[in-house]
Amino acid sequence: MFTYTVRRILSLIPVLFGMTIIVFAIIHAIPGNPAQVILGQRATQESIALVTKELGLDRPWYIQYFDYINKLLHGDLGTSLRTRGPINEEIWPFLAATFELTLVAMIIAIVIGVNAGIISAWFSKSWFDYFAMLLALIGVSMPIFWLGLMMQWGFANELGLFPTTGRENVRDPVTAITNLYLIDTLIQGRFDQFATVVKHLVLPSFALATIPMAIIARMTRATMLEVMKSDYIRTARAKGLRMFWVVYKHSLKNAVIPVLTVIGLQTGLLLGGAILTETIFGWPGIGRYLYDAILYRDYPVIQSGILIIAAIFVLINLIVDLLYVFVDPRIKYTK
Amino acid sequence: MRKKTFKLLLISLLAISMFLVGCNSKTNEKAGSNDNNNESTPKKDTLVYGRGGDSTSLDPISTTEGETFKVTENIFETLLEYGDQDTTVNPGLAEKWTVSDDGLSYTFNLRQGVKFHDGTDFNAEAVVFNFDRWMNGNADSFPYYSMFGGYKGEEGHVIKEVKAVDDYTVQFVLTRPQAPFLKNLAMSPFGIASPTAVEKYGDKFRENPVGTGPFKFVEWKQNDTITLEKNPDYWQEGLPKLNKVIFRVIPENTARLNSLTNGEIDIMDGLNNSDEATVLGNDKLQIIERPSMNVGYLGLTTTRKPFDNKLVRQAINHAIDKKSIIDAFYGGKADPAVNPMPSSIEGYNDAIEPYPYDLDKAKALLKEAGYEKGFEIDLWAMPVARPYMPEAQKVAEVIQESLSQIGVKANIQSVEWATYLDKAAKGEFDMFMLGWTGDNGDPDNFLYTLLDKDSIGSNNYSQYSNDELHDVLIQAQTETEQAKRNDLYKKAQEIIHDDAPWVPLVHSTPLLAAAKDVANYLPHPTGSEALTKVEFK
Repeated sequence: MFTYTVRRILSLIPVLFGMTIIVFAIIHAIPGNPAQVILGQRATQESIALVTKELGLDRPWYIQYFDYINKLLHGDLGTSLRTRGPINEEIWPFLAATFELTLVAMIIAIVIGVNAGIISAWFSKSWFDYFAMLLALIGVSMPIFWLGLMMQWGFANELGLFPTTGRENVRDPVTAITNLYLIDTLIQGRFDQFATVVKHLVLPSFALATIPMAIIARMTRATMLEVMKSDYIRTARAKGLRMFWVVYKHSLKNAVIPVLTVIGLQTGLLLGGAILTETIFGWPGIGRYLYDAILYRDYPVIQSGILIIAAIFVLINLIVDLLYVFVDPRIKYTK
Repeated sequence: MRKKTFKLLLISLLAISMFLVGCNSKTNEKAGSNDNNNESTPKKDTLVYGRGGDSTSLDPISTTEGETFKVTENIFETLLEYGDQDTTVNPGLAEKWTVSDDGLSYTFNLRQGVKFHDGTDFNAEAVVFNFDRWMNGNADSFPYYSMFGGYKGEEGHVIKEVKAVDDYTVQFVLTRPQAPFLKNLAMSPFGIASPTAVEKYGDKFRENPVGTGPFKFVEWKQNDTITLEKNPDYWQEGLPKLNKVIFRVIPENTARLNSLTNGEIDIMDGLNNSDEATVLGNDKLQIIERPSMNVGYLGLTTTRKPFDNKLVRQAINHAIDKKSIIDAFYGGKADPAVNPMPSSIEGYNDAIEPYPYDLDKAKALLKEAGYEKGFEIDLWAMPVARPYMPEAQKVAEVIQESLSQIGVKANIQSVEWATYLDKAAKGEFDMFMLGWTGDNGDPDNFLYTLLDKDSIGSNNYSQYSNDELHDVLIQAQTETEQAKRNDLYKKAQEIIHDDAPWVPLVHSTPLLAAAKDVANYLPHPTGSEALTKVEFK
């Protein structure tokens, strides 16, 4: 187990290294000059040439690449072309904001999705089953953009339940320590602010949770149906075990492996794919940070941002693989 | 052991979710009014300004991006200032000024008793320090300084020297007269910074701005909020009225309007014309109109067939119905354009007759040019919304339809914005949509910048080159007598009108929306304004 884990972590190195090459190649193949974008519509040819040189973008691509890798190995993610700030410092608040949003969204998706799936399977072909699976179908196919705006209109403007945008009440801002506002407000004992932060999280996290929730629900239902047909469940039920224990102890455990895989994949997807949600809800997260970087052809930010997301993605996959062992003792990573 | 871990995991997940739900339902009960009140109670002296994008820097000279100036206008002040809602030149940090007869020397008497936010004195040395800093830079560090013809040592550089005559008198010596010199000095990028702070922060001055303006910088949460607070030592008695200003980024226009409706922000810029009715229908909101100083146009690349033929370009001018475009996509809030600059700018030629919308005339011109059977071209539509062009794709469809009636088949194309500008600058488009918002209200900033042959490769996207026009525009740059200057620009507009390198489409009126109780908000035609006089009713 230990050696397996170490080997898996080591194998991330070539994966991430490959990522740097691919990302570097792709973004340098997109037309559009960062100097032009930085200087805007006002740019003259001379100033574009000058800025290109200042940014070192006139050097051959392989020199730029080695320069980038060299800095990376020294733990330096580079300097943003647009804001001229070090990415190491800049990126953390964005990552934290997205992390908080994704985590809450994933918890919502798992709790509701898994339970909806279980109940649907248990009472399969009941009205609940049909209703839940219809909702799940709508959930998968709903454009987040539209859903988000509708949620704002309904829950914020009409019902006045939640704020529409942002992470905090800007008139009473949270003092950032870890940049995870749920934690920061608790550390500072500001429970009023904590409640505000939670309220700000509700609409965006539900919007973000819709798709994974639907997928998880359908996956759980399918695997649960499979498991419940098996003999040992019939035995358990025949023994007169309480339904709750049959479901949550006996069935779920065997149904959970494929669900775990889906959860892992979806979490990775959410981290990178939160752009729309972050845009609609004015959430200052990594998705929008990257999106802006792409618009501005801010090469170092695009490179580092994608690399970090890729690293998190593979890490989540690793965690999922390791979790299998805990869930199902038959799985062993010996060699 | 493992079973336990898993159970623990499940239970904790459930617990967290219950906790979250609990929190929500607890606050739900009174959220409605509570939230709105909470977000705005502690006396109404904090204004939250919602906008579409973040600043890239808070040192105004280091960028050309409009979002930056919306903030820095409040932190920095310039030697001269524009009128509240026009581009007339008024005293700013300089109370009075005199110009020598040859137009080569400007002497400014500075306001006394003004302090920077860090407590240091504003004086002649500070002005000299700022201009020395800028002229010793380059297009990378201080891009807008090129308004003065280049940088120190460059041939075109207009400012020979800036010297402190005494503590509160500054003299600028020019190498040649520059007609828009005073108007340039009033532009937001030339805000005077505290020399002490510039030296102290160095490269980090972009995040630690210190000026003399009505508000002091407090905090910048990137892509989220920028907070400013009242400058208690501001030199204008009784101003600013607000205690705090928070600039907040909400990228999506509709989401921003939702936030305004919900009371989370007090004012928003970039209102869609199509949302105007929604705002008017809400008795808690008001519309604020920004005076127009822009032009949206359809460019015809004069180096590409068939637009190398003047008759063809004129024919296209006859074929586009500007009025129906304005009614459909600007909610009527725009003027049809005749010239490449709006009529509010001095030197505008109102004697020029617009090309009437006349398809027969257009066909006749095409026939004369030898394109009786028409032709096929690409029409490039902008991928982004701009004040002068809120819905480029849809406008393109109307233009496509009009052109089809004179036998011109236009294929609508689009590409993402950075590439769009890049390709346009290289003259790779047949026909394209673009526009411009003026920097300083000077005709030079429209005509020379957009249509002179010197500007090919940058802003002259239609690659239009006319030597006669060039001579007129260059002469106008150094002519200091206003009447003569106006005549030159009128002549320039005649030449451009006849050559028709564009179809000038509209001068639009950008809209803002605000809560009803926001008072004295005076939007400026340049797109950025200080919130000195804004207050809540």
